Amino acid sequence: MRTVAQVAVNVFKESVRDKVLYNLVAFAVLLMAASYLIGQLTAGQDVKIIKDLGLAAIATFGLMIAIFIGIGLVWKEVERRSIYSLLAKPVSRAQFIVGKYCGLVLTLGVNIVVMVVAWYAVLAYMGTANTPGAASATDPAMLEAVALIFVELMLVTAVALFFSTFSSPFLSAGLTLGLWIVGHFNTDLRNFETVVDSPAAAWLARGLYYVLPNFGAFDVKYQVVHQLHVPASYLLSTALYGALYITLLVVAAVTVFSRRDFK
Amino acid sequence: MDAIRTEALSKHYPIGFWRPRPYVALHPLSLSVGQGEVFGFLGPNGAGKTTTLKLLMQLVFPTSGVAEILGKPVGDPATKRRIGYLPENPYFYDYLSAEELLTYFAGLFGYRAGDRLARAKALLDEVGIGAERRMPLRKYSKGMVQRVGIAQALINEPDVVFFDEPMSGLDPLGRREVRELILRLRSRGCTVFFSSHVLSDAEALCSRVAILAGGRMVAAGALADIRALDARGWDLVVHGLEPNVLEALIRQGRVTRSTDIGAGRYALELPLREEPHVLLSELAPSGVRLISVHPLRDSLEDFFVKQVSAAANDRGLEAR
Repeated sequence: MRTVAQVAVNVFKESVRDKVLYNLVAFAVLLMAASYLIGQLTAGQDVKIIKDLGLAAIATFGLMIAIFIGIGLVWKEVERRSIYSLLAKPVSRAQFIVGKYCGLVLTLGVNIVVMVVAWYAVLAYMGTANTPGAASATDPAMLEAVALIFVELMLVTAVALFFSTFSSPFLSAGLTLGLWIVGHFNTDLRNFETVVDSPAAAWLARGLYYVLPNFGAFDVKYQVVHQLHVPASYLLSTALYGALYITLLVVAAVTVFSRRDFK
Repeated sequence: MDAIRTEALSKHYPIGFWRPRPYVALHPLSLSVGQGEVFGFLGPNGAGKTTTLKLLMQLVFPTSGVAEILGKPVGDPATKRRIGYLPENPYFYDYLSAEELLTYFAGLFGYRAGDRLARAKALLDEVGIGAERRMPLRKYSKGMVQRVGIAQALINEPDVVFFDEPMSGLDPLGRREVRELILRLRSRGCTVFFSSHVLSDAEALCSRVAILAGGRMVAAGALADIRALDARGWDLVVHGLEPNVLEALIRQGRVTRSTDIGAGRYALELPLREEPHVLLSELAPSGVRLISVHPLRDSLEDFFVKQVSAAANDRGLEAR
């Protein structure tokens, strides 16, 4: 466990040194500029727009980090051969993979925390103005959506990590992004039989629905922005679904990686 | 118990997409290295040295055979705590400084937080990395990275170290320092297994060597024994030899080659059967004086060339 933590901290250190956290500056600037512009342009919808924009920005920035760092996590180590000296130390391949994964999750977590703090600060500031929705500007229920975004990003990271154990970054990025997009339309696959006549196509679509990660399930942005109640059981079951999927992907990544020759 | 032992260890890589064929990177290799020995693993580029080291580090898995380090199969977690490894042309996390890298690695060996930095500093002193140890590694020259690589291989005070081309990228001073370091390791009782294609390194350091060519071990043993196999005569430099006497010696076949090197001196090559002291005692009365004498034998470079050309026919793609 200590080894995994050490590998993870090193991943976090890398992302800090590689200036990944600069995206936070971009996020803060985006939010502040948006709140200023919206204040000038719209009538009465300021808070809701900033809520929407904040959640979308957190999800998008997080997605970029998860994919673009995730795909290089293992590939870069193998390609540059830094893994040679590491694996000669008392570090198993499984510890390496899990450590890499935890390191990126840590990076994502820190990013999200900082983004959320900045976002709530902007909302709190807007809440002081006398606009519709100002009273619920800093509604803590929005954190439910953030929590599910975080689980979704952890899942995206696991997908990217899995692909990066055996394919190039370009291919991994394409596959991960493709899976993320398909995963957001997963519900359509389940209902495919209502639009096609072929039982085989419907059966295939249903199969894919069960196999592919259902990213759409993690999206409760609309509900929290419109102050609709999201049941705790839904949050919990979705988080468990994410945890199960992540575990399977990390185990698969370890399995693939444990057999690999570093030529 | 041997420090390192392999038995019929081999590695094939499949090449080709549709109909993969095995590329034999290493033919079955059996060798053993005793504890405390400095063992040279020699061969030209592409001989299979790095493949063998990767097999010993379990960076690649063998097609057949076994490999043991300190009596345990390679990859054994307890054994990993007792070994060090310098990869060929090493690359390390370039966003870290040398000090941070070594501290990180020391942590992986379970050193306490307070001891990690002390260990890192001591090793960086030993390999000659000065104030630049706090600079990110991306700013290091190749030779400096190599020195850091050697330091990280020693972070855990290993019992067995594996150096893949340790002199690579080093200037003459650096090479000498690494030689001295290897000798210090030997005096501490550490087993050193190093690969090199630079033969003078092995001549200066090794008790025994194995020579690889074309993925096969073509010779193994004490270096002197291997070279003696190919001793083929004597190389003399003499002063005061008369040209007519020299001509007579050449006619008799007692001198196979002569070169006038000026100032009354000749470099002579004698066949192996011609004992230099016999010839010199005959020539001494006419005022011939010996300047130097050396056994004339193949250098290891010559040995490589011979072995490589012999192995070349067997090399590479073999139908399964």
